[in-house]
Amino acid sequence: MDEVKAMDFNTENLSSQIGEKDGIKEKLWRMCRQNKLAAVSAIVILLIILLAVFAPVIAPYGESDTSLTERLAGPSSEHILGTDYLGRDVFTRLLYGARVSLVIGVMPSIIALVVGVTLGLLAGYLGGWVDYVIMRVADVMLSIPSLLLAMVVMYIMGTSVVTLFIALSLTSWASVARVVRSQTLSLKETEYVEAARSIGVKRWTIMFRHIMPNCIPSLIVLFTLNIPSAILSESSLSFLGIGVQPPSASWGLMVNEAKQYLFTSPWLCLIPCLVIMVVVLAFNFLGDGLRDVLDPYMKKQ
Amino acid sequence: MKQVLKRLIGAIPVLIGVVLLIFLMLRVIPGNPVLTLLGEHYSDAAIERLTLSMGLDKPILVQFFNYVIGLFQGDLGTSYKYSRAVSEMIMDAFPYTLKLACMGVVFAWVVGLTSGIIAAIRQNRLLDRMFMGFALMGVSMPVFMTSLFLQYIFAFQLKWFPLTSTGSFISMILPAIALGWNSAGSIARMTRSSLIEVMQADYIDTAKAKGLFKAAVIMKHALKNSLLPVITMMALQLASMLSGAVITETVFAIPGIGRLATTAIGNRDMPVLQGTILFTTVIVILGNLLADLLYSALDPRIRKGN
Repeated sequence: MDEVKAMDFNTENLSSQIGEKDGIKEKLWRMCRQNKLAAVSAIVILLIILLAVFAPVIAPYGESDTSLTERLAGPSSEHILGTDYLGRDVFTRLLYGARVSLVIGVMPSIIALVVGVTLGLLAGYLGGWVDYVIMRVADVMLSIPSLLLAMVVMYIMGTSVVTLFIALSLTSWASVARVVRSQTLSLKETEYVEAARSIGVKRWTIMFRHIMPNCIPSLIVLFTLNIPSAILSESSLSFLGIGVQPPSASWGLMVNEAKQYLFTSPWLCLIPCLVIMVVVLAFNFLGDGLRDVLDPYMKKQ
Repeated sequence: MKQVLKRLIGAIPVLIGVVLLIFLMLRVIPGNPVLTLLGEHYSDAAIERLTLSMGLDKPILVQFFNYVIGLFQGDLGTSYKYSRAVSEMIMDAFPYTLKLACMGVVFAWVVGLTSGIIAAIRQNRLLDRMFMGFALMGVSMPVFMTSLFLQYIFAFQLKWFPLTSTGSFISMILPAIALGWNSAGSIARMTRSSLIEVMQADYIDTAKAKGLFKAAVIMKHALKNSLLPVITMMALQLASMLSGAVITETVFAIPGIGRLATTAIGNRDMPVLQGTILFTTVIVILGNLLADLLYSALDPRIRKGN
């Protein structure tokens, strides 16, 4: 009961402090109305998610149906985007690849968010040696070139989707932790946190119930911008042959398999590359748009 | 001077953390390194001999201590595959990566800064939108995409450049552009927004009121201040550039650090992989340190210690 009261008090105080009238939902609507690019990007992303979910229904062929008589064929009425070196339908592979690439883009970003938020809160709120240790570990993670770090993790733990999750979240939690820490540092000095402390609210409750909700706008932005970089990292690893393994399909793996045929069938490389670019671009546009409406402070930085 | 010392000392815990992490990597990897080294045919005596000579029978703390002592002597271990000193292999590969990275950085600076400045001057006009569209595309393109298509268009179709790189200046141009492409995009975006912000400051109005030409105002007054955040960002990009080098070196067959790392994975050659990562990470840390110092040297507010 006490906690509920403290929560109400918290949100009220917050909106009066920042002087905001709109909630997140209203802001999102405003973004869609004012920023056409972000709105279009959101639609593109939604469309690709739908295509990925319904891949088995939409795809004209099976994920790894090969046809050795139709290898490296150009676009035709039977194969709208042509076939690859095993005679697999490129359009089908793209649809199934979307599943893998999107999941590998989103999951590590979620893990990075959970880990980064927890450690960032702890570092910012507790301070002292906890802060020191967490932030130095973050520094270490940010100093190691991310692709090399991911390569080592894949090497040590073997290539699988789960190790990809670990490798890619390991390289991205640190920047989340930095942002959350700096926001926690300023939020813990605010009056409402002081008030919560003075009525004896527990530390964990203050951190996760009172401070964290105020970081959510920047976290949405960070999350949205983390996805494209995870997609890029996954595609780079798969391009090098140490990410997603055949016969699964991922966009990066498609480029990896097509690169030997670059000079004879360049479209095989071009198609998955363009898809990666469009998706990454869409997430970047959306992230920029979200930042404009949700987090004007971060924009200024 | 005090600042320099303070920052140097601040980098030490990070360095220790990196070394510890990389040392532990060798410990958690499944399989006995001795068995990997010996291959298929081995006797128990050989295992014992090698375990002793590698110091693997000692307690883990002693092993770590020996590893650190070795690092100070420039000893990064010996390659499982080639039986060569890892430090030697890195020194053979580094000139290529250094050349590639330097050319990539120059490309990113020149293209990124000029397009950022032009976009800021022509804010919200056609030229601005065009440049920023290109910049965002640059940021969103995977490095392998730029590498493959520069190779296809300019080396395979137009034959202006060789397909693979030999290390000569001409053959390094395409890989360098592919590597610098992303950074050019983010530098352009950063320069534009930073310059636009500075242009709104009062002292810029004063300069304009004095009757200075627009170009002079931008070059002499605005640019100097707007470049500060850009410099920090460029240093932070060093790490992503070295990641990108892994890809460009693979596409253009450049025998640099990145290729050393990818072949080490193929060969399951842990010491080489460890060595390359330690080496690149130290470079990144030194780069960040340099940027920090440069930043405080350029910004009097930080130089005076507030």
